[in-house]
Amino acid sequence: MAMAPARRTTRGGIRKGEALSGWILSAPVLIALFVFLFLPILMTAWVSVSDYNGHGSPLSGKFSFVGADNYVAITSGGGLQEKIFGWSLRNTLWYVVLVVPIVTALSLFLAVIVNGRVLRGRGFFRTAFYFPSVTSSVAIIALWMFLFNASGVVNKMLSWIGIHGPVWFNDPQGIFTALLSGLGLKEAPAALANHGFLGVSWWSWIGGPSWAMTALMLQAIFCTSGTFMLLFIAGLQNLSPEVDEAAIVDGATAWQRFWHVTLPQLKPVLFTVVTLGIIGAWQMFDQVFSSTKGGPGNTTYTLAYRAYSASMIDGYWGQGMAVAFILFGIIILFTILQRFWLRDRPDMPRPPKKTKGVVPS
Amino acid sequence: MSAVAVPRIAAPARSSRKRRGRFSPTQGALYAVLAIIAVVYISPFLIQVVTSVKTEPDAATNPMSMIPNPVSFAALNKLLLNSDFPHWFLISAVVSVCVMLGRVLFDSAAGYALARLHFRGRNLVFGALIGIMAVPGVALLIPRFLVLRQVGLYDTLPGIILPFFADAAGVFIMKNFFEGIPVAVEESARVDGANIFRTYWSVVLPMARPALVTILIMSFQGSWNELQQFIVSAQRPELINLTKGVALLISGQLGQGTQYPLKLAAATLMTIPVAIIFFIFQKRIMNNATGAVKE
Repeated sequence: MAMAPARRTTRGGIRKGEALSGWILSAPVLIALFVFLFLPILMTAWVSVSDYNGHGSPLSGKFSFVGADNYVAITSGGGLQEKIFGWSLRNTLWYVVLVVPIVTALSLFLAVIVNGRVLRGRGFFRTAFYFPSVTSSVAIIALWMFLFNASGVVNKMLSWIGIHGPVWFNDPQGIFTALLSGLGLKEAPAALANHGFLGVSWWSWIGGPSWAMTALMLQAIFCTSGTFMLLFIAGLQNLSPEVDEAAIVDGATAWQRFWHVTLPQLKPVLFTVVTLGIIGAWQMFDQVFSSTKGGPGNTTYTLAYRAYSASMIDGYWGQGMAVAFILFGIIILFTILQRFWLRDRPDMPRPPKKTKGVVPS
Repeated sequence: MSAVAVPRIAAPARSSRKRRGRFSPTQGALYAVLAIIAVVYISPFLIQVVTSVKTEPDAATNPMSMIPNPVSFAALNKLLLNSDFPHWFLISAVVSVCVMLGRVLFDSAAGYALARLHFRGRNLVFGALIGIMAVPGVALLIPRFLVLRQVGLYDTLPGIILPFFADAAGVFIMKNFFEGIPVAVEESARVDGANIFRTYWSVVLPMARPALVTILIMSFQGSWNELQQFIVSAQRPELINLTKGVALLISGQLGQGTQYPLKLAAATLMTIPVAIIFFIFQKRIMNNATGAVKE
């Protein structure tokens, strides 16, 4: 019997009708992708430069092109729209800047100890750390609002060590503001309080995530560390043991081996985890929708949630879609950066079964 | 903490045998650290389960107590017999089953076409899939509402289900699978006169069972935990599913009061199906997670 490669070059015969069948078999997925992923991009782009108000179809011809008006409205003018956009950007930035390094370090730490040489019960620990990643974030938020309520479990535990806990989900104070206030700096310096960017004072920009946002950040860390831990474990198991053993022979301590031998070899995985973390963190939405809805004091608005609330709740469709399009641009930028790095480096991790042309050309 | 699995896959080449059996101080410290972290990761779920059978005052005053005093099934009763919760559960189940069946069918069909059939535009299709995978879902959330309304599917069950079929990741899994199995069986079926659809249906699909199970599990988890899609595709109360219903419940839009036992009972019940699937297919799911997240 002839082997496949020989047949591939022949036309007609057994290959007859493949074109039509190929298109028919791929059609359902292609249509779904086109209608529910591609058309929405065009729709976002159009609505963000139109005066669409939510009544009827944005394609009906009743609505006109307004240029960059919506983008201008959310980035200048000193109105409420600018202010909420400013807060959303501020909150999302703090979220990304704090969650990504913490979750990366934690998941690497978990992977290293779970991957230990003669550890008993590694399967149990792996499962325990990964389980939160398979549950719905809505269910975890329900639990979180119980754990982090004013007289809840977390504050009870803090009181054991003499700390009077914040009211978490109802507390708009930034954690760095709280820290400074604890150090005696209770009033904002006038220079920082009276000036700002995007309708938010510099004092607020540097205040850090509010206690409410901090609770949401802890939830995200709890729910994503398991997934990233698995990526690191896969990376660790691909390392060749010889290098590590050579380092042992050379008398390197465990910490030196980790820092100078293991970590440099893990760079590709580390990079993947960080970019995936960044891309995921920018899209933070579910937690805010199920708990704080942007409050208290605008401190849990994220860009993703603001895109939704501006259009579907407040009715500012053009501005909401402008937020969505800005967010879209930010995430695409990070995705391209990741792809660029993955392509340039032959040692980057790939999906388990490598196929030709998986990397975009 | 119970040690469940014997470390039989503990990196065979690496384990220096002389260390086994000796319980060094380092090992002791390692286990202590692991045990503490495991408690942090597991105890929230125990608190969740226990609180759902507490009375409201008990939950509020003794949030940490692991023994309900008294045990109360009031929250579960209210949830199951006197609320919309069972209906939310039904909607979630219907959507998940449809998404699982549809994705198995459509992902494998497209994956098969991309892996085996030679047709003009195949590379174009492939490139489009790669490109579309990079698109962040959240930025398309609200415009998806506009598109659904435009095509008349808003506030309908198909409007909720159909967008789930835009699943490029599943197509890749199937494509990779088909490229990994020998082509000979299908070719002989084709030589015997079966057309492509018949070959696909009665020869290829049965062979693809392992990959199809993966798609089924991923589709179930994805659709059961999905929230955003339900927010933008319907507003009728009859189409509220678990994630959306519980999100409305806990953010206080369905009534006043803290009602912690009720909320945590809802969270527990909605977690049970994913937990069952997770513990049955644990190994496979953890391997999938490693592969799927990378692309």
